[in-house]
Amino acid sequence: MIRPACNHPGYWAFLLHRLSGLALVLFLPVHFWVLGTALDETEFGVFIAWTAHPLVKFGEWGLVLLLAAHMTGGVRLLMLEFLPWSERQKTRIAVSLGLALGFGAAFALGLV
Amino acid sequence: MSARLFLLQRLTALILAPLVLVHLGVIIYAVRNGLSAGEILERTRGSLGWAAFYGGFVLTVSAHGAIGLRSILIEWGGQGRRSATAIGWAAGSLLLVLGLRAVWAVTGGGA
Repeated sequence: MIRPACNHPGYWAFLLHRLSGLALVLFLPVHFWVLGTALDETEFGVFIAWTAHPLVKFGEWGLVLLLAAHMTGGVRLLMLEFLPWSERQKTRIAVSLGLALGFGAAFALGLV
Repeated sequence: MSARLFLLQRLTALILAPLVLVHLGVIIYAVRNGLSAGEILERTRGSLGWAAFYGGFVLTVSAHGAIGLRSILIEWGGQGRRSATAIGWAAGSLLLVLGLRAVWAVTGGGA
């Protein structure tokens, strides 16, 4: 039997990109619905006050990370498909961008 | 994935990348002292710039999310192309309607 090359960095990058995309597309309707409550400021205020809860903050941190990971993974894919650079160069750029965004977002969210 | 959808997914990704960067910047800025409904709405209400930015964002992400979901349904969900396309259209439409309503709520509603 031919086993697919699953234990490969490229496969893990694909899996992260796909799962983060799926999570984001499932999260977006909820995100939009909550923002839509701004038509009634009192209701919107209740939702925003809810974001002070540590568990919600943790969820937000996860979503920011997923968004950053999906974007950087997507930029990596676009570079692989459309730019005539070596794969190693492109991987390094995407990894550094992802790390920078991840650290920056985690710090800015002030979770600690 | 058809060649047209493949290209549209790349095109929307290309548009989304800088929009996501700006959005991440806005998130990081907005949470620096904790989120507040008043502060968010003060920034967005009556702003044509933010309405255009997030309106474009919603339009692009609706197409991108729908095409991505369609691919996952076909490759992982065991769906046929026709039903995956139908679900993709439904998901994209839902995202577009809810998204534009959200943009209206934070930029125009109550102004």
